[in-house]
Amino acid sequence: MSESPYEGTFRERIAVNRRNSLLLIAAFLAFVAVFGYVIGYAWVGDPAGALFGLALAFVVGTVSGLVTYYGGDRMVLAASRAKEISHDDAPVLFNVVEEMAIAAGLPMPKVYIIQDSAPNAFATGRDPEHASVAVTSGLLKKLSRDELQGVIAHEMSHVGNFDIRYAMLVGVLVGTTVLISDFFLRGLWFGRGFGGGGRGGGRDGGGGYVQLIMMVVAIVLAILAPLFARLLQLSISRQREYLADASAVRLTRNPKGLADALQKISGDREVLEAANRATAHLYIVNPVKGFEKRAKGLFSTHPPIEERIAILRHMEIGGITQSAS
Amino acid sequence: MGTVLLIVLIVIAVVLVIFAIFTYNGLVRRRNETEEAYRQIDVQLKRRYDLIPNLLEGVKKYFRQEQDVLTQITQARSQAMRPHSPREQAQSEARLSGAIGNLFAVAENYPELRSNTVLLDFQEELSSTENKISFARQHYNDSVSNYNTKIQSFPAVIFARMMGFTEREYFEAVGPERESVTVSYD
Repeated sequence: MSESPYEGTFRERIAVNRRNSLLLIAAFLAFVAVFGYVIGYAWVGDPAGALFGLALAFVVGTVSGLVTYYGGDRMVLAASRAKEISHDDAPVLFNVVEEMAIAAGLPMPKVYIIQDSAPNAFATGRDPEHASVAVTSGLLKKLSRDELQGVIAHEMSHVGNFDIRYAMLVGVLVGTTVLISDFFLRGLWFGRGFGGGGRGGGRDGGGGYVQLIMMVVAIVLAILAPLFARLLQLSISRQREYLADASAVRLTRNPKGLADALQKISGDREVLEAANRATAHLYIVNPVKGFEKRAKGLFSTHPPIEERIAILRHMEIGGITQSAS
Repeated sequence: MGTVLLIVLIVIAVVLVIFAIFTYNGLVRRRNETEEAYRQIDVQLKRRYDLIPNLLEGVKKYFRQEQDVLTQITQARSQAMRPHSPREQAQSEARLSGAIGNLFAVAENYPELRSNTVLLDFQEELSSTENKISFARQHYNDSVSNYNTKIQSFPAVIFARMMGFTEREYFEAVGPERESVTVSYD
């Protein structure tokens, strides 16, 4: 892994992320439209209702997409109770972020601190020009400067690779899908929605039949869609962590810093209260403690921490540090 | 038969032209990146020049017994700020870094200074500035490496030189500069 040319993986990753982001938006809108159509049909029982459902879902999808694209970073930061800081509030942190921005050739991101004693960090934003890096006060207290540098380099790699934009879009996808599914399933629970007029005598037998099928399809979609959306989110964020670790080492030329930091963060037993399921995939180390152990593989947002540390330790011995100019 | 051949030739020509345009734009982008990275080094060097007087002012009173260490830094700074050839520039930068490193070493002799927050802040600012300079150089070398590799690889190698793209030089540290990057902050 340490042998691969940095620029190659870096540029490829940006290109892949850009293309995937577009694909994701297209697939998402198509899916939301179909979902809305089926739900509309199942509820109202005729094509007019289906079109109404389609339009409604499309509007909800587009609005939530746009709102997240332009304000998602602020929402995530607010939900994590992060406070923006300037140089004088935490000089070491600010300097380290500035150093890593210079090493990566990226503009200086905004810097935030989360008042929480559990050590962790994340980056968010729609592109490197609108990026934010947030760390917990516990991270600042527990890590040495070299370790902090490794963590920030990892976050700046997410920024430079456009991982932050992609993670945000995937977040919208999961959020909106869950929202629509919940909306539908709840409506179902409270007596089959507003339009259940079919029962009275069935205006025409064919329509009732189609409506029944649509109802079954809608229920299946409503149950499976959030699950698939979540799996997509998880599989994507796992690959990214390895690449961000490798890119981080290209910035600091010091694999030991990041390896030590990962060890400290993962060994820490405190629970990050500011994190929840929706923001877990953003952090450098999965903040939802115990979850990783219980559901290895498919359901974890991050690759096993032992493996990440082992790869970094291997780089230490492999002599990537010697190539520093 | 003649028209088929003609169409094939035209298609090949169009593909080649499109390919050349993409390669050319890629080279221009990379060249601009190296220039941008080079300017970033100057920005950081200038920042260090601006920072030093303020920082020295703040800690002057702690180094009353070590006046020569402070004057060394001031002198090295004003010398480095004068325009020179790149080689001399690198040497005077090295001297400045050395003088700053010297101050940290001297500070080690005063145990009571080690816990002084003003001094610790001062050390953090100076060593971070040193880091920023060396990271700016590292980034410059990274971007030069990309650019040179692109120029030297097929297919750009065929026409890069014709279009005026030439390899850029790496930033090489001279003499004591190599050591100065290891200024410690603990």
